[in-house]
Amino acid sequence: MSEIADKVKKIVVEHLGVEESKVTPDASFIDDLGADSLDTVELVMAFEEAFSVEIPEDAAEKIATVKDAIDYIEKQKAA
Amino acid sequence: MMANLSAMKERRVVVTGMGLVTPLAVGVEQSWQRLIAGQTGIGRISCFDPSDLPAQVAGEVPEGPTAEGGLTLADWVPTKDQKKMDRFIHLGMAAAIQAVEDSGWKPETEEERCATGVMIGSGIGGLQTIYEASLTVASGKARRLSPFFIPSALINLISGHVSIRYGFKGPNHSAVTACATGVHAIGDATRLIMLGDADVMVAGGAEAAVCSLGIAGFSSARALSTSFNDTPEKASRPWDRDRDGFVMGEGSGIVVLEEYEHAKARGAKIYGEIIGYGLSGDAHHITAPAEGHEGAFRAMTAALRSAGITPADIDYVNAHGTSTMADDLELDAVERFFGNDAKRVAMSSTKSATGHLLGAAGSVEAMFSMLAIRDNVAPPTLNLDNPARESVIDRVAHEAQQRKINIALSNSFGFGGTNASLIVKGI
Repeated sequence: MSEIADKVKKIVVEHLGVEESKVTPDASFIDDLGADSLDTVELVMAFEEAFSVEIPEDAAEKIATVKDAIDYIEKQKAA
Repeated sequence: MMANLSAMKERRVVVTGMGLVTPLAVGVEQSWQRLIAGQTGIGRISCFDPSDLPAQVAGEVPEGPTAEGGLTLADWVPTKDQKKMDRFIHLGMAAAIQAVEDSGWKPETEEERCATGVMIGSGIGGLQTIYEASLTVASGKARRLSPFFIPSALINLISGHVSIRYGFKGPNHSAVTACATGVHAIGDATRLIMLGDADVMVAGGAEAAVCSLGIAGFSSARALSTSFNDTPEKASRPWDRDRDGFVMGEGSGIVVLEEYEHAKARGAKIYGEIIGYGLSGDAHHITAPAEGHEGAFRAMTAALRSAGITPADIDYVNAHGTSTMADDLELDAVERFFGNDAKRVAMSSTKSATGHLLGAAGSVEAMFSMLAIRDNVAPPTLNLDNPARESVIDRVAHEAQQRKINIALSNSFGFGGTNASLIVKGI
């Protein structure tokens, strides 16, 4: 697993208080990990802070799963 | 549920559940036993370094295992939810959960859920949360502000969280009257039940303003004790000549109020009845009461009228008694209120042991009054070594007293000139 994926996973575990084994790439923050809409706002902020990236609101709305988050951040970092 | 106003008189309101989080302990029995044993909950401030401030003592809720009367937050609020709530909500949840579990009330039908409401207030709300959020914004990180900042700081959010946790869909309300909040919450919730808006109400107050901003603010208002930083246990000394301000405390007191027939029908344990409630305003000054505390006199008189009793029926008074200059003004008002019966009443200030819990004080003290009735014990006023002024009223100096207590009066007064009195009775 990439360093980014690892870090994303850690942030999700910490913010949503879920077991690490549940944080699979396809896990949806809301449907599978018990987040509500405010939790997802906070998660995106945590990603921005941890990876020093800007995630605009329209992009944030499309980040629904762990994989979505990893892909977006990897793309930003590669650019 | 009834909505007929003419039926109001027939709807009596009793207390069927209690929850306490105080500087003495977490838990009703633990707090009460330590109180009547003459223990203190006051010490040097530990949650931040108070060295820069003139007031350095407070009543903080002790950490520790729940079974030993300590606070283990994870027992009350899931770890992942803790950061979404200011500490005043944490403490409020701990007291509310105790009260609801103690009452045994579990609404099963939609009608029962809709007849169960919540009215929990706070004097100040999420002060530390607001302070920290301000620092985030001031450091240019406004866009990083937590989405939970506002719901973490809002005063009515304990009522919200309690309703969500238990599915209580009745009136969802919150009282905010500074240091009178706890009494207003219980009194107003009682009236909602009397009026038929609910059959059961979870009511009380919570406060967690022992933080640098809270202590600094009340220090600037010259309201806090500053002469006992090296002997914290002596700092709260209501009516004593050496008193020099109040000691801030944190915590929460929450009761389950229930319509009497409703409680009886389900065989609930009943602590006592709320028989009187009176309110008044000083219209005088933002922080100081008027001469003779005539606003307090009027609140007590209004409570007496609503109870339909006479002062001679009252056995115990839990005073507002904050350990400030205003103590003697309250004493004036209480002496005037009782007249010739003053010599047979006992009055104490439990703030001598807990400190002043601001928005939680009134509900915590209403519960202490109920327990005084249950056990026929008047809790002590600690540190009353040399009364600044003599009185025929027994102020229960130093040690608890065993005495017959059937009816008790509890006073709370707040900044802004707001006064509230509650009268409770054994059943």
